[in-house]
Amino acid sequence: MQLTLHLNGIPICEEIAPDTLLLDFLRAHGCKSVKRGCETSNCGLCTVFLDGRPILSCSFLAARADGHAVTTLEGLQEEAKEFTAFIADQGAEQCGFCNPGFVMNALALFRENSDPDETEIKEYLAGNLCRCSGYEGQLRGIKNFLEWKKRGGAS
Amino acid sequence: MKTVNQPVQKKDAMQLLGGQPVYVNDLAPEECLIVKLLRSPHPNALIAEIDTEAAQRAAGIEAVYTWKDVPQDGVRFTLAGQTWPEPSPQDRLLLDRHVRFVGDPVAIVAGRNERCVDRALRMIKVKYEVLDAVLDFRTAKDHPVLVHPEENWEALCDVGADNKRNLCARDADQKGDVDAVLATCDVVLERAYHTKACQQTMMEPFGAFCSIDTYGRLHIVSSTQIVFHCRRIVAKALGIPKSKIRVEKPRIGGGFGAKQTAVMEIYPAFVTWKTKKTSKLIFSRKECMTASSPRHEMEMQVRIGAMKNGHIRAIDLYTLSNTGAYGEHGPTTVGLSAHKSISLYGKLDAFRFESDVVYTNRMSAGAYRGYGATQGIYAVETAVNELAEQLGMDPIRLREQNIVREGDTMMAYYGEPNTSCALDRCIARVKEMIGWDEKYPCRDMGNGKVRGVGIGLAMQGSGISGVDVGSAALKVNDEGFYTLRIGAADMGTGCDTILAQIAAEVLECSVDEVTVFGADTDASPYDSGSYASSTTFVTGKAVEYAATELREKICALGARMLGCEAQAVSFDGERVLCELDGRSVSRAEIASASQCGNTIALESSYTHSCPTSPPPFMAGAAEVEVDLETGETQVIQYVAAVDCGTPVNPNLARVQAEGGILQGIGMTLTENITYNQDGKVLENSLMQYKIPTRQDIGHIRVEFESSYEKLGPFGAKSIGEVVINTPLPAVTAAIHNACGVWFRELPITPEKIVLGQMEKRKIST
Amino acid sequence: MFTCKEYRKVETLEEAWQLNQKKSNLLIGGMLWVKMGHRNVRTVIDLSGLGLNEIEETEQEFRIGCMTTLRQLEQHEGLNRYTNGAIRESVCHIVGVQFRNGATVGGSVFGRFGFSDILTMLLAMDSYVELYKGGCIPLNEFVNRSRDRDVLVRVIIRKTPATFAYQSARNTRTDFPTLAAAVSCYNDTWHISVGARPGRAMLLTVKEPALLHERNPETIKPEERFAKYLSEYAAEHISVGTNLRGSAAYRRQLIKVLVKRACLEADRNQIRKQNS
Repeated sequence: MQLTLHLNGIPICEEIAPDTLLLDFLRAHGCKSVKRGCETSNCGLCTVFLDGRPILSCSFLAARADGHAVTTLEGLQEEAKEFTAFIADQGAEQCGFCNPGFVMNALALFRENSDPDETEIKEYLAGNLCRCSGYEGQLRGIKNFLEWKKRGGAS
Repeated sequence: MKTVNQPVQKKDAMQLLGGQPVYVNDLAPEECLIVKLLRSPHPNALIAEIDTEAAQRAAGIEAVYTWKDVPQDGVRFTLAGQTWPEPSPQDRLLLDRHVRFVGDPVAIVAGRNERCVDRALRMIKVKYEVLDAVLDFRTAKDHPVLVHPEENWEALCDVGADNKRNLCARDADQKGDVDAVLATCDVVLERAYHTKACQQTMMEPFGAFCSIDTYGRLHIVSSTQIVFHCRRIVAKALGIPKSKIRVEKPRIGGGFGAKQTAVMEIYPAFVTWKTKKTSKLIFSRKECMTASSPRHEMEMQVRIGAMKNGHIRAIDLYTLSNTGAYGEHGPTTVGLSAHKSISLYGKLDAFRFESDVVYTNRMSAGAYRGYGATQGIYAVETAVNELAEQLGMDPIRLREQNIVREGDTMMAYYGEPNTSCALDRCIARVKEMIGWDEKYPCRDMGNGKVRGVGIGLAMQGSGISGVDVGSAALKVNDEGFYTLRIGAADMGTGCDTILAQIAAEVLECSVDEVTVFGADTDASPYDSGSYASSTTFVTGKAVEYAATELREKICALGARMLGCEAQAVSFDGERVLCELDGRSVSRAEIASASQCGNTIALESSYTHSCPTSPPPFMAGAAEVEVDLETGETQVIQYVAAVDCGTPVNPNLARVQAEGGILQGIGMTLTENITYNQDGKVLENSLMQYKIPTRQDIGHIRVEFESSYEKLGPFGAKSIGEVVINTPLPAVTAAIHNACGVWFRELPITPEKIVLGQMEKRKIST
Repeated sequence: MFTCKEYRKVETLEEAWQLNQKKSNLLIGGMLWVKMGHRNVRTVIDLSGLGLNEIEETEQEFRIGCMTTLRQLEQHEGLNRYTNGAIRESVCHIVGVQFRNGATVGGSVFGRFGFSDILTMLLAMDSYVELYKGGCIPLNEFVNRSRDRDVLVRVIIRKTPATFAYQSARNTRTDFPTLAAAVSCYNDTWHISVGARPGRAMLLTVKEPALLHERNPETIKPEERFAKYLSEYAAEHISVGTNLRGSAAYRRQLIKVLVKRACLEADRNQIRKQNS
């Protein structure tokens, strides 16, 4: 079947198998930031935006993205960098494998709620598993970033 | 110190956070054979018939292999990443006619894509001769059913292994007369504790891809902690010379010991060697959870004797360990259950440790952060907490009175001296951090919820004494930047950065000027690999020495350029200066000179091994809130003070500690393993095996109370493993203090808390 | 692995219904559960082009399109006002935001999964399902029907004056519930819905007048007595079983605790409403 969508702002139109999962489609199109960490929709590593909303690309038919805009971390490098520097400052990236999904969902959180409190942060990101960090360093990084944002961004 | 003990950003941090394609599955060529495994549905069976004809003929299928393609009387091997000769018995074949657990590989299928391989897997017809299975590890020793009845089973080391008794290992060790000492103790506490085969659950599944290189050699790119051991294991499994194999690791998406076992490299390696085509195998999460290398299930019987005044005089420990169907890390993990638990106590008159490691028809166990120490420390530290209750003493007071101190000889720790130890300061620190005196033992929050606090101590090692080898090679490049080559594996821990910090400290340059390469068996200097908490301590010391040697070479060439004796120059990191006349040449100039008419190699390499393994120490305290009616438990806060010697990178050490603590909490509260009656693991996905989410933890706070270890680089010891150990006893004690029940099997689920209290009420009425 | 030969984004409900009559075809909601299985499907039927992804609020009811996501429920102001936030509480523990952006109300309700939080919640409400052929029927009737090949179009919730509360116990915060309980009181009747028994959610109703003697104002804590009565009644009448997340014995205990807590909370909400 034919699939037409915007991937990171670029129009794509091509033939796909109807049961292609969005995750596999994206990786085949060079978006290797999108990771598969489980088969049961539990880990959050495959998080991408569909029309700006974070979804699990491992559980989403590529066919369903027809006519929509899909964004991966490859398409958000600048927006991400501003935030990820604060995670790097904590050393909380660790093995890095969960990072892209975590970063995507954190950006979704910031877009939805520019001043989330700790409970809101934890709830919004609960579907992003990380086994290295214990989450505490990620939380410190997020809080420092939000603080920096509040002060107007530039330090 | 300028760079050591500084919170330097990890060298790869921004690349990882930006989602760059740096892992196995990102780097594998698009065009490669997809490899998958057909797995046994039975815990113990012989393959009576196997028909692969239809599968072999299916569209897109390149090859199907079964036991018929592997000599069954050939040499057996182990997948354990350990220094040769491995203490783990040689008990595997690449494909075995005898399958020994639900998930044991039956056939390898390679084809053009996932779809056709999946289809072919369904086309293979297998007739099994189902055998009785050994499923309960408590009955495995001398069971009439043998997991490894075969004659070509072999133990290379004297570890007490005997396949005719289902024994993977057996050991006994003691100092003093335990029974006599216990007989004269005021209080003797006897308890049994049980821990399960928990999963490391690193986020990146196991994976590797293989190809044939320009020279006709097998090139394996794998997510592994042990490139050199992996080369040896694959060579043995395939029966080909080691010279024909090159193993390389890219970024690793977490290991925690799981990837210290060559769980899956042999399968794509076999496919590529046979077909001469590139192939790839990436485990599904289900395979990661059911056919991998989890922690050894252990049951520990502790007897501990003390006087009324709190003097702990003897500890007697028997550990029964379940290695599952194969013996990876079986003989070596079990010892740590005693060495790293009993040794926390320095005033003992006697100790005894006995152990059996048994084969069963369960998934094979492996190495997991803590490596037996986690289990042993849970048992002994919980017993000490129970002892405190029985003595009517504050458990912190009891420990202050008994702990090991700097200068002590640790009789249960290979008789090694305790050369650096701030455990006393760690205890004092956590006591203050958690507000112990105000909170111990519990506070009723008034809504059916009670908060309790508990404490646990831990130690680990820094590498394996006299065994682990770490090497570093350094060279000077154009403009004077350095390249550091290592065989250690950064699996997210940050060792690339930490080792560069050590080099930079010696070479007096910035960390950015040291690039790091590793690990690759063709190009890296030999390293045992990143496990046993060895990299910072052992490889780090090699880096320190290599950098010191390189300084001398830089000085030698600089002196030649300046026309003076090498003894007459000094190097401040930037320039080599002639002390006699003040003339100098820059590092960049020396680098340029090294590339023109030069005969002094600006390279150094150093190999290091340490005869002892100085332990890092730690104290951890938990405050938990238990909902007495539902049993739901939340760790409100966990505080810890760590003595890892000098933290080379305080940020990375802190995150190591925080991550390890939450893994330990997961093992204590939520990570369960259950089997159905057919021997199948039920927690076979992240939906069923529940690792903590960020909502499952309040806050974790870590501080450092550093001693200075002279044998380590700039006073450093290890950090990687010790951090997982304290939560098990600390959270267990905190729950007891909240609800009045001791739980002696992990995880402590909400159900156990509710039913445990009901049971207690029944007994008391 | 889940496979299909054809994907069809239907243009009418009739087209969806027609396609769905074939056993080899499959109507999908969010597809999260379907994808985890090993089904080989001929045609996947997608309703996402029919504008059924909205919650319409009228004076009398909420009309929830089958493709509405759980996240939309969670964030809907009207629904949360009406349920004292119980709707939000019933879905906010489900895996994560991304999951709830995918999972649909139609998929959750039609699947009638034992572990379903949302089914447990809806069952305690004055709720109905609108089936393409079967018309509008009470949810409680639908829950106990066996699966057929009709198309679930909407879930309708009548705005009957009511008070609500939702309680669940979990082994981790985003796990399936070990037990879930939704309680409401409307039309002088207490509705107690218990899910994750682990079987599919079950509804008990108790007429308020029957409880009046339990609300004797002479006693010190009348509200606790009635809650205790209701929870014990529920524990007696709702059957429970054992699965990986908990035993029947534990669940029996949880029913008492969660139903009691939910009743107290609902009662407090009611008093709050009356006072405001």
